[in-house]
Amino acid sequence: MAYLSNIIFAILLVTAIFFFRKNILFVKRNIQMGKAIERKDHAQKRWSNMIRVALGQSKMVTRPIAGILHIVVYIGFIVINIELLEIVLDGLIGTHRVFAPFLGKAYDLLIASFEILAALVLICVVLFWLRRNTIRVKRFWKPEMRGWPKKDADYILYFEIVLMTLFLSMNATDLLLQDSGDPYYIRAGSFPVSELMTPLFSSFSPSMLVVLERSFWWMHIIGILIFLNYLYYSKHLHILLAFPNTYFQNLSPKGKFKNNETVTKEVKLMLDPNADPYAPPDDDIVLEKFGASDITDLNWVQLMNAYTCTECGRCTDECPANQTGKLLSPRKIMMDTRDRMEEVGRNINQNGTIQDDDKQLLDDYITREELWACTSCNACVESCPIGIDPLSIIMDMRQYLVMEESAAPSDLNNMMSNIENNGAPWPFNNQDRMLWANEN
Amino acid sequence: MNIPTLSELSAEGKKPEVLFWVGCAGSFDERAKKITKSFIKILHKAGVSFAVLGSEESCTGDPAKRAGNEFLFQMQAMTNIEVMNAYQVRRIVTTCPHCFNTLKNEYPSLGGQFEVMHHTTFINTLIKEKRFTISGSVYKGKRITYHDPCYLGRANQVYQAPRELIKKLDAELVEMKNCKSKGLCCGAGGAQMFKEPEKGNKDINIKRTEQAMETQPEIIAAACPFCNTMMSDGVKNKEQENKIHVQDIAELISKAEDL
Repeated sequence: MAYLSNIIFAILLVTAIFFFRKNILFVKRNIQMGKAIERKDHAQKRWSNMIRVALGQSKMVTRPIAGILHIVVYIGFIVINIELLEIVLDGLIGTHRVFAPFLGKAYDLLIASFEILAALVLICVVLFWLRRNTIRVKRFWKPEMRGWPKKDADYILYFEIVLMTLFLSMNATDLLLQDSGDPYYIRAGSFPVSELMTPLFSSFSPSMLVVLERSFWWMHIIGILIFLNYLYYSKHLHILLAFPNTYFQNLSPKGKFKNNETVTKEVKLMLDPNADPYAPPDDDIVLEKFGASDITDLNWVQLMNAYTCTECGRCTDECPANQTGKLLSPRKIMMDTRDRMEEVGRNINQNGTIQDDDKQLLDDYITREELWACTSCNACVESCPIGIDPLSIIMDMRQYLVMEESAAPSDLNNMMSNIENNGAPWPFNNQDRMLWANEN
Repeated sequence: MNIPTLSELSAEGKKPEVLFWVGCAGSFDERAKKITKSFIKILHKAGVSFAVLGSEESCTGDPAKRAGNEFLFQMQAMTNIEVMNAYQVRRIVTTCPHCFNTLKNEYPSLGGQFEVMHHTTFINTLIKEKRFTISGSVYKGKRITYHDPCYLGRANQVYQAPRELIKKLDAELVEMKNCKSKGLCCGAGGAQMFKEPEKGNKDINIKRTEQAMETQPEIIAAACPFCNTMMSDGVKNKEQENKIHVQDIAELISKAEDL
């Protein structure tokens, strides 16, 4: 019986890690549905991007209020995880504050800093909630945020409020028990925040305090394990994926769009005066689908982008089309890509391979009107704090519309036939290119 | 104007120091032709030996690529590359950020390796190399706001050259709230220039013009023929065309020097 709590703890921990691992493998498999793309060059530059942008949060502060609040929560999250290590060890071994004897005075400092950070995180999370729900910052109330995305955002904040409150309450009751001289609760730690909360619990008897302290301890760690497994269902996955996402982000100038190599081969053949026009087609050439109409036409970085998106909406806020009331929202492009990827993932889980479900990313999720509203201005790409590129998806889908369906707006068809026939987007004769030189 | 073409020069066995890529707007659009001529006056003034391709120039393919027609883009690109490689072109300057971006970024992997400059960078270099000075003070104390073209700024990180030129004009450069990497698009990019906008509550160029007007400028400086059109339309829509002038940086400089 003495080891019962250790065993229960170990079972909970292993179960949580098991399901977390399963979900992460599912994410990985879904991302691997994407096509190959070379993103392993310039390792040094990539590491530096990751350290600066993800670890260093450099792009968060372009919006100072949200940026600073986020940095506090982020630092709190990382630092308080050290405490998590102690909690896990205590749970497994059956000790209480196992680090305390080893760290001495440093332990006091550590606990004090956890407490201060926990309090700051609480304040920031409450401010986040107020921004979302009372001030109602516009980008959190766009149409694509209705339903689950809105709830998800709030649930994350509630989770954090509950976890931080449990952590501080746990410390407050612990402190009271330390004061009472209970030998299990060794004198350890410094509690600048929770000591202010002790009056809330001082009326309880020592035995009741032990029950409370243990309950807070267990609920805190169980809450964390639940939160860990919530990530997969949530936009909160960004806390993990922001790192690979910034590592693998595009390093070329933003204006450089990739050239399709299959098209290059074909065009070269057409322009080659020595090519035999009657040569039989090369059997080795597999007819490639141009552009993207579904998630399997996108590359794995684009799919990882979709899982990484935390729906902050900075992209949509900066988008000229969205600002002027058009349907296009770059955030929705990412959310749709993720939703469709999940749908295809479930399809594979059920059927072993992708079975035709009569649906695709184009039309069933992203409409043509959205795609044609884009000015390719790169404001969305520039504004993303973690290197997501919605523009590349829009451009791949336009390529599909034009090259596979010939479904460009008629104005654009005119423009393109002008280029084809006259070498200019307007119907002017190419021989007249120099007329301006003789005009006044 | 006597404008040498590459074919004429190469017939004489000469090679210019730079090819001026005029672009479709610069060749055909009434407004943009004025930018072309202003830039040529600057080239003359600085004694730059240059040539154009004339009827051998063809659309870079940028609007086709942004519209999704990769095939047409590459046809255009490879034809242009073939022409330029035949003339052994090394350096290109252009007044259009879209041509600039495409030539600089998307031509290399198709066999076109050139040093490509936007005219604002090029003029700035000419001044730094003391081949050309700005002495006129027509714009002394005038409020000029600068609209960043997306394909020059965000796409290629050219933010300083146009601003340095405006400052050399002795003018007061007043920045819009959304400038540089946060600059709002004029609404023409991504082939939007050639189509009607999707349904919304405002046109993008109107929104951008409103942002520019907040700075109470006498001049909106542009560095792209399409931005120029969009902003001019915006100013007209606001019935401000008598008070606010939309001018390319090349035009501002050529006027300052009374060229």
